Amino acid sequence: MLKYTIKRFLLMIMTIWIIATLTFVLMNAIPGSPFNEERTSNEAVQANLEAHFNLDQSPLVQYAGYLKSIATFDYGPSIKKPNDSVNDLLSRGFPISAELGIISVTVALLSGVVLGVIAALRHNGIIDYLAMTIAVLGISIPNFVLATLLIQQLSVNAGVLPVATWSSPMHMILPTIALATGPMAIIARLTRSSMLEVLTQDYIKMARAKGLSPMTIIVKHALKNALMPVVTIMGTILAGVLTGTFVIEKIFAIPGMGQYFVESINQRDYPVIMGTTVFYSAFLVVILFIVDITYGFLDPRVKIHKEEGN
Amino acid sequence: MEKILEVNDLHVSFLTYGGEVKAVRGVSFDLHKGETLAIVGESGCGKSVTASSLMKLIPTPPGKISQGSIKFKDRELVNLSDKQMRKIRGVDISMIFQDPMTALNPTLTIGTQLTEGLKQHRNISNKEAKIKALEMLDLVGIPYPEERLKQYPHQFSGGMRQRIVIAIALICEPDLLIADEPTTALDVTIQAQILELFERIQQETNVAIILITHDLGVVAKVADRIAVMYAGKIIESGTKHELFYEPLHPYTQGLLNSIPRLDKKGEKLEPIDGTPPDLFSPPQGCPFTARCPHAMVACEKVYPPRYQASEEHYGECWLYDERVKKYQSS
Ligand SMILES: Nc1ncnc2c1ncn2[C@@H]1O[C@H](COP(=O)(O)OP(=O)(O)OP(=O)(O)O)[C@@H](O)[C@H]1O
Ligand code: SF4
Ligand SMILES: [Mg+2]
Repeated sequence: MLKYTIKRFLLMIMTIWIIATLTFVLMNAIPGSPFNEERTSNEAVQANLEAHFNLDQSPLVQYAGYLKSIATFDYGPSIKKPNDSVNDLLSRGFPISAELGIISVTVALLSGVVLGVIAALRHNGIIDYLAMTIAVLGISIPNFVLATLLIQQLSVNAGVLPVATWSSPMHMILPTIALATGPMAIIARLTRSSMLEVLTQDYIKMARAKGLSPMTIIVKHALKNALMPVVTIMGTILAGVLTGTFVIEKIFAIPGMGQYFVESINQRDYPVIMGTTVFYSAFLVVILFIVDITYGFLDPRVKIHKEEGN
Repeated sequence: MEKILEVNDLHVSFLTYGGEVKAVRGVSFDLHKGETLAIVGESGCGKSVTASSLMKLIPTPPGKISQGSIKFKDRELVNLSDKQMRKIRGVDISMIFQDPMTALNPTLTIGTQLTEGLKQHRNISNKEAKIKALEMLDLVGIPYPEERLKQYPHQFSGGMRQRIVIAIALICEPDLLIADEPTTALDVTIQAQILELFERIQQETNVAIILITHDLGVVAKVADRIAVMYAGKIIESGTKHELFYEPLHPYTQGLLNSIPRLDKKGEKLEPIDGTPPDLFSPPQGCPFTARCPHAMVACEKVYPPRYQASEEHYGECWLYDERVKKYQSS
């Protein structure tokens, strides 16, 4: 297991480096610079500014400086927000984004699993059809459409929930629903099908033959096995929620990282773009790593297999 | 010997989209303490459904015990609720499944799976449960039981797993053990070991065993009595000796002719041609008519009466009916 963990860790560093490099290349491949639109400034001022942010140097030197900033977790100052460093923006925006993300993932996971299990237990019953209809709707409606619908119906028309921002628990309800519905639907469908499959297994029959109660059988024998595939797709789900926060934050005017990120792309704020990208990819890669390790704990066969495989 | 199980005219069917599958159509048999009854028959004849019905473990819906009675130690099981049945399952009646590779939960340790039934049914401390579990592993012949308790199913071979499944089935000291093809998935040497284990356990615990199999070699080794099933009915039943040496029913004779025998080298094996009837609409007469070399007009129309050859031995075939005999000799 240790060997595997070390190997996964090195792979993680590699992945982050590749993403960082790709981001750098893409940024440089796009023509223009952060100062192009500021028509008021003259040539000399522009050159000065570029020099200040090292933009006049060769790409290789810039790349080296960029890698160094990543390695030291210091992404430098923002070009467009002279009073803020990228680190400032991250430490201000990320906690809010993380809050939105974590709440949404938790809601999606809990409701998805419960919905999936109930649907499986009431296989082909009315509850099953209802749950799966909700799931299909949830998967097919994009979160920004759902968000606008929710705002229109619940905030504007009915007036029961606030329209935007992130200032109280009441404010959190709509963004969370908008962000969690898609992942919830995916998890519900997966849980249902994997639960149905597990329930036909011999070890479930055997558990029944032992005289165990239905609750024990479902929770102790079926659920742990049925959640295996759900754990595997959690990485993808998290990535989806993460990108989802950008959109949802924009729609609900939530002052999270997403806002700064979208803004920074429009404004070509290189340090912010690269800092955020690298930060988020590192975050995601770490999450994937944790998911993998969790899987090993849930399924005793995985550990052995990987030990032998290495 | 004390009679512990009495099954009478059991009917089980499954309601499917295609119609009602009449999987078991009037099965009756008894079982005594310490006895081994083998139920044999081709695939799909209703052996597993019969076995699961005894513990009321058939999936409902679509399955249903539509008629008949199952008396276990003078208690009628057919109308018990699932909750009442749970107190019987694993405690009074246990079951062993065919494939030991899938019968154990891959995510729980052997120790957990061994003791959970015990903890559910008996008021017992963890320590006592563990002691009992170690005892059971020892009984079924698993070395280093202490370490083994902490391991997961994938760390055991197929034969070992079947031993563990047997240990799980026996841990609450049931009176009846139902084994549904317990050796089919194992290779021959392991098969022999598991059968020996059954015999030893029976001697030590006096448990009654219903052994389901289509391997007549297994039957010859461990059974006391045999019931032959065909298309949801027991068409012949008797002691092992009676059935092997004086089979009544043409189907039983066919089965015996289709196994290789050491003492009759060179003789041609004769598999039974044809397939069993469709259980959606089983024939009203003898279900074996289409494949039977002795089939007569009556066979197709009317189900044959039971012919009792001895106290234990009977067959359900027209050939033994007095009227047919008279007609044939004239
Ligand atoms: N859940 C079910 N739904 C519908 N039909 C079923 C179900 N379970 C069993 N049957 C039907 O009942 C009949 C008897 O099946 P059973 O499993 O008892 O056969 P078997 O004698 O055990 O055969 P095998 O030797 O293959 O195990 C079969 O025709 C089968 O199709
Ligand atoms: S009743 Fe007729 S068809 Fe059936 S086994 Fe006897 S002889 Fe054959
Ligand atoms: Mg079977």
